[in-house]
Amino acid sequence: MKLQKGTSLALYSVLEFAANPGRQLSAAEIAEKYGASTHHLAKVLRELGRAGLVESARGVGGGYRFSGNARRLTLMDVIELFEDISTRTGESDEFDASSDVGRALGAVMAEVDEIAKATFRSITVDTMLKLIERQRRAAADKQAPPA
Amino acid sequence: MSTSVTQSTRAPELRVRPVEAADLGQVIAIDAEVTGLEKTDYWYELFHRYGGGRTRQRLFLVAEAGNAIHGFIIGEVRDWEFGSAPCGWVFGLSVRPDARLAGVGGRMLEAICDGFRHAGVAKVRTMLARDNSLVLSFFRSQGMMAAPFIPLEMDLE
Repeated sequence: MKLQKGTSLALYSVLEFAANPGRQLSAAEIAEKYGASTHHLAKVLRELGRAGLVESARGVGGGYRFSGNARRLTLMDVIELFEDISTRTGESDEFDASSDVGRALGAVMAEVDEIAKATFRSITVDTMLKLIERQRRAAADKQAPPA
Repeated sequence: MSTSVTQSTRAPELRVRPVEAADLGQVIAIDAEVTGLEKTDYWYELFHRYGGGRTRQRLFLVAEAGNAIHGFIIGEVRDWEFGSAPCGWVFGLSVRPDARLAGVGGRMLEAICDGFRHAGVAKVRTMLARDNSLVLSFFRSQGMMAAPFIPLEMDLE
């Protein structure tokens, strides 16, 4: 399963904002960090704003901050704001179902999609932030010189 | 896998301990409330095999506050299944709906993991339906990730 660019940017943005709840981040900062155009990111942020997941902050520099519930918001909730993957199956997407071979390959792809969707539904933003922190600590431990 | 769980803030005065015969009525009631099925014989059989701290390899724990059982967790150490080094398996976990969001699930998971460590294993696994988002989210929130195994099944005709 491949996510569209806008969906990926939405996930990056939500996680950046949620990881820095007290801080305003500008669209330009996030766009630069993830190699996206500010224009594209601004569209993504408008959609996240409409869904109540970020709010624009007034004041010098402006910016956005997270306004969702990190413990309830799942990756699937964010993804579905930008594309409908809940009904996507490998059978309809990638292989010609008019042949036996196509139908069998489609069934395998459908298995892969179902697992991906269950994974997105089961991971909250809060769980992602914990995962990011664990990975950061593991990377730091690897780099630390032996005592 | 029994359904339903919890996480988050610590519940005060909660004690996680091995199940006793007198707890079974409440355990059965929690399971029936959550699953909609009352399986009395199953639970007595499970108690016979896993209850009362019979072995270090099998754990059936309950979370108790006051005189009420708020949840239960069941697991065992499984050895060398398809080449997997011995590991802890959690195959049942449930929290009473009105006791959720108070850290009961997390406390029980911690306790059973302590039991697994005591039994000498360093990995814990579980398996549940992929549409069971509530419990999947709980285990994910506790740090569990996809295991290098794939569950398979087929219809027996």
